[in-house]
Amino acid sequence: MSDWHTSTLTQLAAGLRARKFSSAELVRAYLQRIDASQAALNAFISVTREQALSDAAVADRALAAGAAGALTGVPIAHKDIFCTQGVRTTCGSRMLDNFVSPYDATVVAKLKGAGAVMLGKTNMDEFAMGSSSETSFYGPVRNPWNPQLVPGGSSGGSAAAVAARLVPAATATDTGGSIRQPAALCGITGLKPTYGRVSRFGMIAFASSLDQGGVLTATAADAALVLREMAGFDANDSTSVDTPVPDYVAALERPLAGLKVGLLKEFFDEGLDAHNERRIREALKVYEGLGAKLSEVSLPNLPLSVPVYYVVAPAECSSNLARYDGVRFGYRCEKPRDLADLYRRSRGEGFGAEVKRRIMTGTYVLSAGYYDAYYLKAQRVRQLINEDFRRAFGSVDVLMGPTTPTPAFAIGAKTSDPITMYLNDIYTIGANLAGLPAVSIPCGFVQQLPVGLQIVGPHFSEARLLSAAHAFQRVTDWHTRVPPGYA
Amino acid sequence: MALTREQIASIAALARLDLTASEFPVYQDSLSRILEFVSALDRAHTADVAPMSHPLPGLSQRLRPDVVTEQDRREHYQANAPQVAAGLYLVPKVIE
Repeated sequence: MSDWHTSTLTQLAAGLRARKFSSAELVRAYLQRIDASQAALNAFISVTREQALSDAAVADRALAAGAAGALTGVPIAHKDIFCTQGVRTTCGSRMLDNFVSPYDATVVAKLKGAGAVMLGKTNMDEFAMGSSSETSFYGPVRNPWNPQLVPGGSSGGSAAAVAARLVPAATATDTGGSIRQPAALCGITGLKPTYGRVSRFGMIAFASSLDQGGVLTATAADAALVLREMAGFDANDSTSVDTPVPDYVAALERPLAGLKVGLLKEFFDEGLDAHNERRIREALKVYEGLGAKLSEVSLPNLPLSVPVYYVVAPAECSSNLARYDGVRFGYRCEKPRDLADLYRRSRGEGFGAEVKRRIMTGTYVLSAGYYDAYYLKAQRVRQLINEDFRRAFGSVDVLMGPTTPTPAFAIGAKTSDPITMYLNDIYTIGANLAGLPAVSIPCGFVQQLPVGLQIVGPHFSEARLLSAAHAFQRVTDWHTRVPPGYA
Repeated sequence: MALTREQIASIAALARLDLTASEFPVYQDSLSRILEFVSALDRAHTADVAPMSHPLPGLSQRLRPDVVTEQDRREHYQANAPQVAAGLYLVPKVIE
C-alpha cells in the first residue's frame, strides 16, 4: 500500500487498530517521504529515525496485544520548541544548537502516552519569533505549494510537513498567529486552543501570557483527536486550567444549523487582498447554506492589536530570554574575558537578528521612564480589545474572517522591514491577546495558493470550533488538496 | 520617535547583548520604526481601564503542599553546561 499519506490521521489510527498495516510500515513510509523532501522544504531540524522505528515496534506489540491508546502507532512530529528527553531541542536557534533536553514537555509526554510515534523535530522561526520561518538558524522552510514562497511562521516546518503529507499531524505553538497563519498559507487545518487548555510545561517560553500549544493536521476531525490527547490540567504549568477535557471527537457531528456567526468588520479592511476576500465570502456562503446565521459585528479596538502585541510580546520575551546567559546550558562564546563579556558575547553571537530586535524592544519598553507610556498603556488597550471580544460573544457564537491578508509571499520579500512582516499577523493576534481559541481551515485557492478561513470562539469553545470546521469540511474538499509533487 | 546610537548602546547594555558595529544602524532604524508604529496606542482612551496582564481573569495562583517533588538530576542537567567541574558551573574569574 502506497497511499497512506493521503489518508487522514483518523483513518490511519483506525487502520492500525484494525491491523490493516503496522506502525513500522507506516513509520518507514513517512520517514522515506521526509528524507525525499528535506532538501526541497527544510521542514525538519532533526529526524529521530532509530527512536521512531523502535517506538513503532513497541506500538505494534501494543496493537497486537489489544492494549492500544487513541494514537498508538500514529506518526507525528513536534515543533522544535517542545522539549524532548534525550533529543536535541534547538528552538531554531544557535543558542540551543547543542541542547539535549533532560525532560519531556507535557505535550510530548501526553502524546507519547497516547501511543503516538515521534518522527522528528520541525523547523521554525528562531524562538518562534517570526511569521515566515525564515529566521531559523537552520535556514528557511519552503512552502510545498511553491518552494520560492514562505510557508508562514513561526510553525512553518510543522505546517509544511503536514501539507506535504510528510507526517499526518504536527504540534505547533501560537503566540500571535504561529499555528493559524502557516496553516492558512500551507492549506491545512490549524488549531490554537484557549490559553491554559494545553500545558506550556517544557514548551520553550517566548511570551508567556500569549503562548499556547496546539496542532496542525489535514482535517478538523484529526485536530479533535490530537487535541483530546494533548489537552488537560498540568500541575507543572501554573497557568494550566483545571477544567475537564470534553470528547472533541464525539462533539464533531454537532449540527451547525442556527449557529450565530459574526463577521468581523475590522477583518474586511483595505489590507485584505481582494482575491482572498472572495474566497472568504464564498466560504461564508457555504456556512449560510449549512444553516448558519450571519451578521456583521464590530470590534472597534481590534485594529490596535498589532501595536499592543509588539509591546507586550517583546516585553515578555526580553524577560524570558534573560535565562540564556552562556552559563548553565546553551551557546557560550569563545574565550570570554570576564563574566560580563561572557554574557554579552554569548547572547550577541547566540541569538539571531530578529530575536535581538525583540529583546531590545522589550528591554526598552520595560525600562525606567518608559514602562507607563508603553507597557502599561499596551496592557490597558489589551483590556479594551478583550472587552470588545466579550461584547461580541454576547450576541454571536463564533466570529469568522480571513486568517491572513494575502496568500503566501516570496522568501526574502518582507525580511528588510519588520513592520511589514509584523502586519501579517493582523487578523490572528486578537485571539492571543484575549486568550481565545481559534482555528484556520483551508477554504479555496488564489493562483494555486491556499487561503485560510479563521473561526474564533469564546474561551474553551474548542468543541464548537472544531464541529463548525468539520461541518465545512464535510461539504467541501479544500482540505484534501495536496501540493503537486507530494500527492 | 527616533532613537540615538547612544540609546541603542544603553538598551544593548541593559539586555546584555554585544552588538557589532554594523548592527547599530540596523537596530537604530528598526527600533525607531517599531516605536513609531506602537505609538498608535496613544490614540486609545484608557483612563479608566485596568491593565490586563493575563488572558484568563480571575485565575489565581495555585498552592501545593510544601513537599519535595524534584529528584536530584544534577548530572543530567549539567550534561548541557558549557563548562563544569566537580558538579559546579564554571565561569571566568569574578573576584581577583
